[in-house]
Amino acid sequence: MITALANPKRFMALSRWLAPTLGVIAAALACVGLGMGLNAPPDYQQGSTVLIMFIHVPAAFLGLMAYSCLAASAFFGLVFRHSLADAAARAAAPLGAGFTLLALITGSLWGRPMWGAWWVWDARLTSELILFLFYVGYMALQAAIDDEAKADRAASILALVGAINVPIVHYSVVWWNSLHQGESIFVKGGPLLAAVYLWPLALMSFAYMFAFGALWLVRIRAEVWRRRAGALAVQAARG
Amino acid sequence: MIALGKYASYVIPAYAVSAVVIGALAADTLARARRWRAEVKRLQQLLGKDEAEL
Repeated sequence: MITALANPKRFMALSRWLAPTLGVIAAALACVGLGMGLNAPPDYQQGSTVLIMFIHVPAAFLGLMAYSCLAASAFFGLVFRHSLADAAARAAAPLGAGFTLLALITGSLWGRPMWGAWWVWDARLTSELILFLFYVGYMALQAAIDDEAKADRAASILALVGAINVPIVHYSVVWWNSLHQGESIFVKGGPLLAAVYLWPLALMSFAYMFAFGALWLVRIRAEVWRRRAGALAVQAARG
Repeated sequence: MIALGKYASYVIPAYAVSAVVIGALAADTLARARRWRAEVKRLQQLLGKDEAEL
């Protein structure tokens, strides 16, 4: 499947209808998820701040998922030298950075009333901040090198180094004593969350995932056009 | 709808900032795609190439 998608023409034909489809599904899921979430009863401990969970958890999950997509694309770009893989990596970075930033901000807005602090140097929060810095570093490195092929190669190596941080973010609440809550959904014996919170959270998580899919595809398309425009501009300059 | 009570000043900004960031990502993504697609079209016309190549 990856080999088939690696053909830019095939990718452009597929993404042309797939991107808007994913966007529509994301919007529908978000409407239902928000509708259910905003009508959920306040938590007995957290009160109405439980509502922040419906946007914080999906954003944090997407931050990790987008980085996994970025690292996988960077790997394929480095190994197979395929321009579409480099385009996919470039396209994933700003989206992942945006979702990670959202996870940090919404987490902070939840932490202040619940923990009494906007920020603590806890393993989960610190590793999440490092994830955000890897995104920023990836984009900054790419912007700093004029030669696009060299920029892609250098940034891809940095992206692969940063991939080490992905399991650290995920397992930080298991490996270290953390103020942040531990795993409460994918646990032995089933989710620890009540169904009234679990359903809106699941729907919002899928909404974010589909939204990322739609935006990623459109950004890859834009990147393909940008490269094509560059090649055409060279042809035009040669006359 | 759930009563936000004393936590409204945390919940509302969390939703507002999420809407702004996701909206900005979507707007930037669409603007970027439109811009480069138009540029490719312009250059193809300039070079007399087939637009179907898009």
